[in-house]
Amino acid sequence: MTTTVAAPLSVRVPGGTFRDDFRAAKIVWRRELIRFSRNRIRIVTSLMQPVLFLFVLGSGLGGITRGVTGRLNFKTFMFPGVLAMAVLFTAIFSAISIVWDREFGFMREMLVAPVRRSSIVIGKCLGGATVATGQGIVMLLLAGAVGVPYNVALFAILIGELMLIAIALTSFGVMAAARMTQVESFQVVMQFFVLPMFFLSGAFFPLTNIPTWLRTLTVIDPLSYGVDPMRRAVFARLHNVSPATMRTLAPGMHWDGWRVPTLLELGIVFGIGVLMISIAIMQFQKAE
Amino acid sequence: MVVSPILRPPPGPVATADFSAPEPVVHAVEVRDLVKRYGDFEAVRGVAFDVGEGETFGFLGPNGAGKSTTIRMLCTLVEPTAGSARVAGYDVVAGRAAVRQNIGLVFQDTTLDDYLTAEENLRFHAELYGMPKAIIPERLQAVMEMVGLWERRKSLVRTFSGGMKRRLEIGRGLLHAPRVLFLDEPTVGLDPQTRSSIWAYINELKKRERITIFLTTHYMDEAEYCDRIAIMNAGEIVVLDTPEALKASVGRDRVVIQTADDDAAMRALQDRFDIRSAIHEGHVTFSVPGGEEFVPVLFAELGVPIKSVSVARPSLDDVFMSYTGTTIRDAESSASERLRANPMARARR
Repeated sequence: MTTTVAAPLSVRVPGGTFRDDFRAAKIVWRRELIRFSRNRIRIVTSLMQPVLFLFVLGSGLGGITRGVTGRLNFKTFMFPGVLAMAVLFTAIFSAISIVWDREFGFMREMLVAPVRRSSIVIGKCLGGATVATGQGIVMLLLAGAVGVPYNVALFAILIGELMLIAIALTSFGVMAAARMTQVESFQVVMQFFVLPMFFLSGAFFPLTNIPTWLRTLTVIDPLSYGVDPMRRAVFARLHNVSPATMRTLAPGMHWDGWRVPTLLELGIVFGIGVLMISIAIMQFQKAE
Repeated sequence: MVVSPILRPPPGPVATADFSAPEPVVHAVEVRDLVKRYGDFEAVRGVAFDVGEGETFGFLGPNGAGKSTTIRMLCTLVEPTAGSARVAGYDVVAGRAAVRQNIGLVFQDTTLDDYLTAEENLRFHAELYGMPKAIIPERLQAVMEMVGLWERRKSLVRTFSGGMKRRLEIGRGLLHAPRVLFLDEPTVGLDPQTRSSIWAYINELKKRERITIFLTTHYMDEAEYCDRIAIMNAGEIVVLDTPEALKASVGRDRVVIQTADDDAAMRALQDRFDIRSAIHEGHVTFSVPGGEEFVPVLFAELGVPIKSVSVARPSLDDVFMSYTGTTIRDAESSASERLRANPMARARR
């Protein structure tokens, strides 16, 4: 035999050990970050939208809402909603990459690997969620500009909540993209879900004086349970909010008159994330 | 050569399943009566063969002959309807993960991430295949040098030409030191020059690493590089042997003549020599045993002026023709009809 390129490797047979799956998830996660960091246009454009909403729409509406918000800046009210928005669009966009991967063949490289599909799906979801949370954090840095204090505890809470929302939303996107072969169809489906989900979440208007049908829809919108805790965390650290304003602008989520506790709200978001990832994993197990 | 003391039985519950544990490896690939059906359509109709360690084995046949379906069953991407197959000693159904760990795959379509660098693509693969961290840098450099892309390791793959991408994929397929490398139409869609350079790399690889190569192709000239060839047509293996033996088995040389009157020449061939001929690429073509001895006879007795003569040893085209009764090109069009009649099979192809 002639010279070999390298000493013979000891070929390990993966039994799907936790370590193998963890490594696989980690490299899939890292690829998402590398790809995102290479795409500068995407970084900028996905921040454009929330910035536009916050400063243009927020300033514009602020003029006519002063009667309700009192001394509170309308932009301050919108801020948590805009954070959710930044996360929402980045998370969903990350999931599109699954469809691209399939179209350009890279998906196959992942699907033929000797690792569990679940580790690939989890890596993908966490990768998208990390990127989305990162975008949320960039928006968070604008807090001072809209009258939200730079408070360490507040930031820690908000970042944690953003992460939860990001995981749930990316998983939802990945689940929807799991069996799709065309980017166009993914975009259509997302238009169908994402915009309603966003408008119904109370990101831009308080869910107080709204008709019953609309209230019903906001209650079944999972994003509502993500926006509300963030808003109340912000309001809790403001000094110029009267209890009356608080009741109007951050009434909390109610089920038949019962205020849903914050922990339960977060639990709902988390639960939806877990459910979505599970469905996505099942979808991928069937593929190919 | 005694192979693979390095193989360990898989840990965990998989190890308790008898049939997934490696048996003493005699063959790199063992296939027994493998069948794949899509509905009523039988894409692979019971094929059986063995591929030895270190052998380069080729599947030759038109598109739609069942080559890709067979290779996909061997790579654990598609489950067989019936029959069994072992690759690197593991059953393709029961020992799926073990098979995957021990094979390298290069598909017809590229499966690289264009937005990563060449090196990042390989690193991704190394991590996904659980390669020990310590050996990754060395091995990565070795395969990248072998496919001549070490200098370009920091370049994004999207800046690569089709041939470079294919080379990178071959390098990636080898990275985790697989025992069997599957190449499904490794040069399809590449220009002739790039095709031959890819083959130069594959031949170089055969010299350097002891590896079994299993490839499919519908290019006759590429099949010549194989140690053994299985000719596949309509889901079955028609014949399996070395290229030389296959060509010898045809036993006839191909004679191409240009004449003043082709119709008269063809009639004369039929009447005087009892030889059936056909117009092939504008020239009268026929095959006879001992072509070179036949040429003087032809000049003396044909009775039609001859402008030129060429005699060729049988090619694999002739082999294909003699075993299937059709040219590979015609077989391809009838295969695509077969698929058209079965849209489901086509969709899954």
